[in-house]
Amino acid sequence: MTRTMATEPERILLAHGGGGQLQNQLIRERILPRLKNDVLGELGDSAHLTLSSNAICFTTDSYVVKPLFFKGGDIGKLAVCGTVNDLAVSGSRPFALSLALIIEEGFEIELLDRILQSISATAECNRVSIVTGDTKTVDHGCADGIFINTAGIGIKLPNVELGLGRIEVGDKILINGTIGDHGMTIISQREGISFESPLASDCAGLAELTCRLFETVPGIRFMRDPTRGGLAATLNEIVEGSRRSVEIEERAIPVKPAVQAAADMLGFDVLNAANEGKFVAVVSPDAADECLRVCREHPLGAEARIIGQIVETRDVPLVELKTKIGGRRIVQMPYGRELPRIC
Amino acid sequence: MLDRVAQAQHTIEQACRGLDRQITVMEVCGTHTVSIFRSGIRSILPEKLKLLSGPGCPVCVTDQGYIDAVMQLADREDCLIATYGDMIRVPGSDGSLETRASRGNVKVVLSSEDALQLARDNPGRTVVFIAVGFETTTPATAVAVQEAASEGIPNFCILSGHKLVIPAMRALLSGMNDRIDAFLCPGHVSVIIGSGAFAEIVNDYHRPCVVAGFEPLQIIEGLAEICRQLAAGTAELKSIYNAVVSEKGNTAAQRITAECFEPVDGYWRGVGKIAKSTLALKEQYRQFDAFKRFGLQDKPGKEIKGCRCGEVLCGLIEPMQCPLFGTRCTPQKPVGPCMVSSEGTCAAWFKYGRRK
Repeated sequence: MTRTMATEPERILLAHGGGGQLQNQLIRERILPRLKNDVLGELGDSAHLTLSSNAICFTTDSYVVKPLFFKGGDIGKLAVCGTVNDLAVSGSRPFALSLALIIEEGFEIELLDRILQSISATAECNRVSIVTGDTKTVDHGCADGIFINTAGIGIKLPNVELGLGRIEVGDKILINGTIGDHGMTIISQREGISFESPLASDCAGLAELTCRLFETVPGIRFMRDPTRGGLAATLNEIVEGSRRSVEIEERAIPVKPAVQAAADMLGFDVLNAANEGKFVAVVSPDAADECLRVCREHPLGAEARIIGQIVETRDVPLVELKTKIGGRRIVQMPYGRELPRIC
Repeated sequence: MLDRVAQAQHTIEQACRGLDRQITVMEVCGTHTVSIFRSGIRSILPEKLKLLSGPGCPVCVTDQGYIDAVMQLADREDCLIATYGDMIRVPGSDGSLETRASRGNVKVVLSSEDALQLARDNPGRTVVFIAVGFETTTPATAVAVQEAASEGIPNFCILSGHKLVIPAMRALLSGMNDRIDAFLCPGHVSVIIGSGAFAEIVNDYHRPCVVAGFEPLQIIEGLAEICRQLAAGTAELKSIYNAVVSEKGNTAAQRITAECFEPVDGYWRGVGKIAKSTLALKEQYRQFDAFKRFGLQDKPGKEIKGCRCGEVLCGLIEPMQCPLFGTRCTPQKPVGPCMVSSEGTCAAWFKYGRRK
C-alpha cells in the first residue's frame, strides 16, 4: 500500500474496487467490523436467509444526496432509513438489507468510516441486518464522492391489506408530523444559506411505529412515505391510483416555522419539499382517532395530525387545499426540480 | 385572522355591487401573483373583481435580445456565467443556459456576492454576473461592483438588465393597457424605493396605488382598500405594509444604486422600448460592464414564434388564452419565460389554477 504522509488523509484508490488485495483489505478491515453479522461475515456470493413467512416485500433505492453530511443525518443513515421506510409503509417488518457502495477515487477513507458507522447504527436501531453487499470504485470525477444503493426484504405483517383500490370517500388522511424538514434542510445547506433557527432533516426509520400501527389499528387502507416531491406528490399519487379526490386543510398541516421561513425565502412550496421520516396514511373514518392516539405515543408521531380526507369527485379527481384564509386551490403534482427565486 | 378576511371580503363585495362594472386590479409583482394563487384568494373574490398579473417577474420581462447576449457569453470558453436560478431555463434563440450548464461554464448563484467570490476563485476566467431584477436586487449588484472596484478584481463584470418598476407602470397606463383600474404595489420593491415613489402614478393617472406585503391577509386587505377607493371615486396612495415600508424607502440602498447605475432606455419583453427604464453602469465603472467589455449591444430580440408572453405581461390576455399554454408550453418544456420562472404568471396559472 502506498505510504501517505501523516497530514495527508487516506483516500480511496481505484484498486479498492478492483477485486484484489486492496479491496479485500477494505472489506475486512473497514466494512465488516462495522456491519458485523453472521450472514455477511461468510462473504459468500449471496446471502442465505431463512424467513419466517413466504409473504415478503422487496424493494430497492439508490442514494445520491448532496451534501453527504447534513443536519439530522448523512447519506448512510438515509440509505438505511429510505429502504426501511419503503418496506414499513408497505405493511411489512424490515428484515434484511443489501448495501452497495459506489465510491469515487480519492474519497477520504475517514468519511467512508463515518458513513459506515452511521449505516451500522441506523441498521441496529431499526433492527435490520445488512446481509450482502458490494463495493465498486470509479475514476475521479465520475461520481460525487459516494453513491449508495440498498435493497431490502420485509416480512409482510399478517392481516394487513393495503392498496389504493381500498380507499373510499370519507377516509381520513393522516401524517405523523411536520412536513418539509428534510427538503428545506438539504436545499439551504446546499445553497450555503444559514438560517437563524437551525433546520434539521427528519431522516428516521419508521418501521417500529408503522408495525405498531398495523398491529393495533385495523382500517388502515394505504400508506406511503412522502419523500421526493413531498406531500403534494404523494397525495397526487393517491388521487391518480384511487381515482378519488383529496381535500386537505392548510391549517391542519404541521410545518415548523423555520421550515416555512426557509421555503418562503427561497420561493419553494413546502408541500413539494421532501421528507425522510414521514408517512401519509389513509385510514377508515372510525379508525382515525385510534391511529392518531397510537402515533402520538411514539416519538416519531408526537405531532401526528389528520390533515384531510377523501372526498367525492366533482369533475376530475384532484387534490384540493383549503387555505388558511378560507380559499381553495388545486395542489398539482410537482414537476421536478424547483429553482430558487431571485427577488 | 378569518374575521379580518371576512371584513375585507365584505368591503370588496360592497364595492363591486355599488360600482356594477368589472373592476380590474393589477398586481405588479410576481411574488404577489404566486401568493394569490397559493392562498386561493381568487376563489373567494366576486366575479366582478378581476386580478391581472403585471410585468413584475424579472425573468419574464427580460427581453429576448438580452437573453441572446447572455447565450453569446455562455458560448465563450473564457467566460464563466454566474446567474440566478430562474434564468437558466429561459429559452434563447438557440437553447438555454441549462443546455450550456452541462459544459461547466454556467454557475447558479444566490447573490451577486457569490458571483464575486466565483471571480476570486477563478482568476483565469472572466465571471459575468447576469444582473437582472428590479429595485430589490440592484443594490446588491451595486455593492458587488464597488467591492470589485476597491479590491481591483479584474475578471469580474456584470451584464446589467436591471429594471425599474415605475416606468413600466407608466408605459402600461400610457396606452398599452388602460383598462387597469388600480395597482396592488409590490412590498419588496417598496421597501427600497419607498411607498412615496408611487405618488406619480396616483397623481398623473388618477389610479389608486396600494402597497401590500405578501401574506394572504395583506393582499386581501390591500384589495379591500383599493375597492374602497374605487367605490368612493378617489385615487390615493396607501401603504398597508407600514411595518416594513416607509415613505422614503431605504435611502442607503438608493444611494449606492445611484452611485453605480444610471437609467437608460431599455427593452422589455412584450412592451418594447421604455424610456429610462433600465439601469446601465455609469462610465466610471465601465470596466465592469460586460456589454462594453465584450462589445455587445442591448438591442431588441426576435420574439418567440407563437408565444404570447408579452401580452400576458401587459395584462392584455390571461395565460389560458395563449394557444401554447399547457400544450406546447409547460413548465417541463417552456416556450416563453412566463412559464419558466417560479414567479412567472403562466407557471403560476399552470401550477395552481389550470383547472379552475
